[in-house]
Amino acid sequence: MNVDSPDFKRRAKRALDNASLQTALTATRGAFAARRAAAVAALPEFEALRDAAKAIKDHTLAHLDFYLETYAANVERAGGHVHWCSTADEAREAVLAICRGVDARTVTKGKSMISEEIALNDYLEANGVQPVETDLGEYILQLRHEAPSHIIAPAIHLNRDDWETAFRKAHTDRPADRRFAERRDIMVEAREELREKFLAADVGITGANFLIAETGSSVIVTNEGNGDLTQTLPKVHIVLASIEKVVPTLEDTTSLLRVLARSATGQDFSVYTTFSTGPRQEGDLDGPIDYHVILLDNGRSAMVGSEFQDMLRCIRCSACMNHCPVFFAVGGHSYGWVYPGPMGSVLTPALVGIERAGNLPNASTFCGKCESVCPVKIPLPNLMRHWREREFERHLAPPVVRANLALWAWFARHPAAYRLATRAASRAMALAARGRGAFRRLPFAGGWTGGRDFPAPEGETFFARYAREQRRKR
Amino acid sequence: MPDSLSAQSPPLKSPRVALFVTCLVDLHRPSVGFAALRLLEAAGCRVEVPRAQTCCGQPAYNSGDRATARDLARRILDALAGYDYVVAPSGSCAGMLRHHLPHLFDDDPNTRAKADAFAARVHELVSFLVDVRGVTHVEARYEGNVTYHDSCSGLREMGVKAQARTLLASVDGLTLKEMNEPETCCGFGGTFSVKYPEISVRMASDKTRDAASSGADTLLAGDLGCLLNIAGRAAREGRDIRVRHVAEVLAGMTEELPPIGAPTRVAKPGEGRK
Repeated sequence: MNVDSPDFKRRAKRALDNASLQTALTATRGAFAARRAAAVAALPEFEALRDAAKAIKDHTLAHLDFYLETYAANVERAGGHVHWCSTADEAREAVLAICRGVDARTVTKGKSMISEEIALNDYLEANGVQPVETDLGEYILQLRHEAPSHIIAPAIHLNRDDWETAFRKAHTDRPADRRFAERRDIMVEAREELREKFLAADVGITGANFLIAETGSSVIVTNEGNGDLTQTLPKVHIVLASIEKVVPTLEDTTSLLRVLARSATGQDFSVYTTFSTGPRQEGDLDGPIDYHVILLDNGRSAMVGSEFQDMLRCIRCSACMNHCPVFFAVGGHSYGWVYPGPMGSVLTPALVGIERAGNLPNASTFCGKCESVCPVKIPLPNLMRHWREREFERHLAPPVVRANLALWAWFARHPAAYRLATRAASRAMALAARGRGAFRRLPFAGGWTGGRDFPAPEGETFFARYAREQRRKR
Repeated sequence: MPDSLSAQSPPLKSPRVALFVTCLVDLHRPSVGFAALRLLEAAGCRVEVPRAQTCCGQPAYNSGDRATARDLARRILDALAGYDYVVAPSGSCAGMLRHHLPHLFDDDPNTRAKADAFAARVHELVSFLVDVRGVTHVEARYEGNVTYHDSCSGLREMGVKAQARTLLASVDGLTLKEMNEPETCCGFGGTFSVKYPEISVRMASDKTRDAASSGADTLLAGDLGCLLNIAGRAAREGRDIRVRHVAEVLAGMTEELPPIGAPTRVAKPGEGRK
C-alpha cells in the first residue's frame, strides 16, 4: 500500500473541513469508549487481566523464534503448510501461487489488516484473481475502492447515505425504488449478494487474531460469521498473519480473548470465535482440502530487542484509536497508511521508515489516554517519543524547529540570561497588549493565532516580582 | 485511632518545600506562583524558590532532543536538591520531574539513583495539599459556576482528580458543574499546538463547547498550557467564559487578577467580559 503519511498535515486539514466525515466521526465518538468502560466496570479482575495479557505477550516475544517454530511444526503436523515471508512482495507472491495452483477465479476474504499491509487485493486483481471482501465494512469499501480507516470498524468514516448510494450503484439488478428503512436492510442485501460469492469461491483468505503454538491453530474473532463461511466453504484456506500473532498455548489465548473484545467493542466476547487447525481431516463433514499459513515479517523481527519491541504486544483491539481525540478529529485516512491512531503512529515508522512517517509520532499531544486503555499496556506515548528521538538524531525535523529549540535550550541552561530574556519578553508583550488581555495576531506565531487568541502575560515575571517582594520584606 | 496505628506516616510538621515555578507561570502568569506560595504556606510549609531553576525540559524531551533534556535535568537535580518536597503548580511539569526525568539516566546508575530519590519528592500542587498535607478546606470565596478540566498529565501521571474537586467544594459561593468529557485532552500538547494548529484548535473548540454547555461561567484547570489554549480559543470564539488556574481560586486571588486573556483595563459598562 502507498505510504501517504508525509502528507499527513494536508490530509488532516482536508478531513477537518470534510463535513460528511465529521458527521460520521461525531456519531461514533464516545460510543466505543462508553461500551469499553461498561465492560471493564463489569469485570473486577480486568486490571489483573491486563497484566496477565502483557506478561503472556512479553514472554512470547522473548522466545519468539521458539514459539514460531513450534507453531509451524504443529501446522505441518495437522497437514497444513507454512510460508515464511520476510517481505510484502514474498507474501503476495505466495498467495498468488496458491491461487494459481487451484486455478482460482474468485477468492473470498475475511477481514485482514495484513492483506491491506501487503496490498493484496490490487495485486490479485492485476493477476486475474477476483478478491471479494465479506466483512460488511470491508465489502462497502471494496465497492467504493477505498482503504479502511479503522482497524476493526473499517468504514467508520461513512454515513448511512454513503452505504445506500454505494449499494444502489453496485447492485443494479435490484429494484431501483427499493427502500433502506433501517440498518438491517443494508445487511440483508449484503448477505444476499455475498451468499453466492461464498459458494463460488475457490480460495478463502482470513487474517488471524492469534496463532497458537501448542496446537498449530489460528483464531479469528468476528461478529458477522463471514470469517467462518470464508474459511470452511472453499477448497483452500489461506491464513494471513504476521509473526507477532503467535501465543504459546490455548490457555494463553483465552486470557487474551478476555481482554480483546472488551477493549475493542465492549463485548464480553465477540459473536464468533473460530479456531482452525489444518485442512479437513478424515471424518470431518466440512472444511478446506488445503490449509496454508502466510507468516509475514515485513520489518517486525527488526523491532525485537529494540526500544520498539513493546509495540509487538499489540493485539489490534483498536482501543487506542477509539479513545484518541486526534483520531476522532481527523479520521483514519489522514494517517496515510494501513494503521491509524496511536498504534499506527508507533508501528508505521517501524514498518515503512521514520523518514516517511515522521508526522505520525509528532501528531500527538501525549495525553496518555491510549496507554491508559491498552489491554497489553503498550507505553504508546513513550514509543512515539522514541521515534521523535530517532528523527532528531537523524536531523529529519525541520531546521527551523531545531534552531528554535537550540536557542531556547541555551537560555534554559543559563538562568541569569534566562531571567533577563523572560523579563524583557514578558514586559514587551504586556505593553504591546495595551490592556486588551489577548492578541489576535502575533509575529511568528501564526500557528497559534490562526484559530486562537494569545492571552497576554501579566507583564512582570514571577522571579522579578518575587525578588521585589523579598527586598521589600527585608 | 491513635496516630501510631495510622497507616500513613505523620506529615512533617513544617516541611521545607521548593516551589518549582514552571517556565509558563514565570513568564506568563506569575500570580499562579504567588497563589501556590500562599496555599503552601497556609498548609504549614516553609517555601523557598530556588533561583537556578528554569524549565523542566519538556520542550526538548518531547521534541526528541534527549541530550538537552538530560543536561537540563542535571541542573534541576542540583538546583532543587536537599528539600523535603518539590512542588509545581502544574501536573505536566511535575509529571516530567517525577516520571520521566529519572529515565534520562537509565544508563548512568549513580545519577539514576539520585534522580529516583529526587523524583519521589516531586508533587503537583493540589494533590500535594490534599494527599500529603491533609488539607480539606481552603479559606476562599468565589461567586460562580465552575467547571474543572482534568489536564492530561495531572490526571494520568500524577493522579489529580478528586483532590481538586474536594478543595473547590470548600470555596464559599462556588458551585461545581461537571462538563461532558472533562478528561479529554484540550489539544495543547506543548509544541503540538503550533505544529498541528488546526487539530489543536479543533480539540480546544470541543473543550470550550463542553465547558459552555455545562452551564459553568468559569473553567479551571491545573496547567497553564491547557489554560492558555482554552482561553485563547474561547476568546476567539467570543465565548463568555472566565478561564483561570485552579490555584488562583483556591488562594482567594481572583479579586486581584483578571481571568486569563481578559482585559486588564477597567471595562466600561456593557463592554468586554463580566
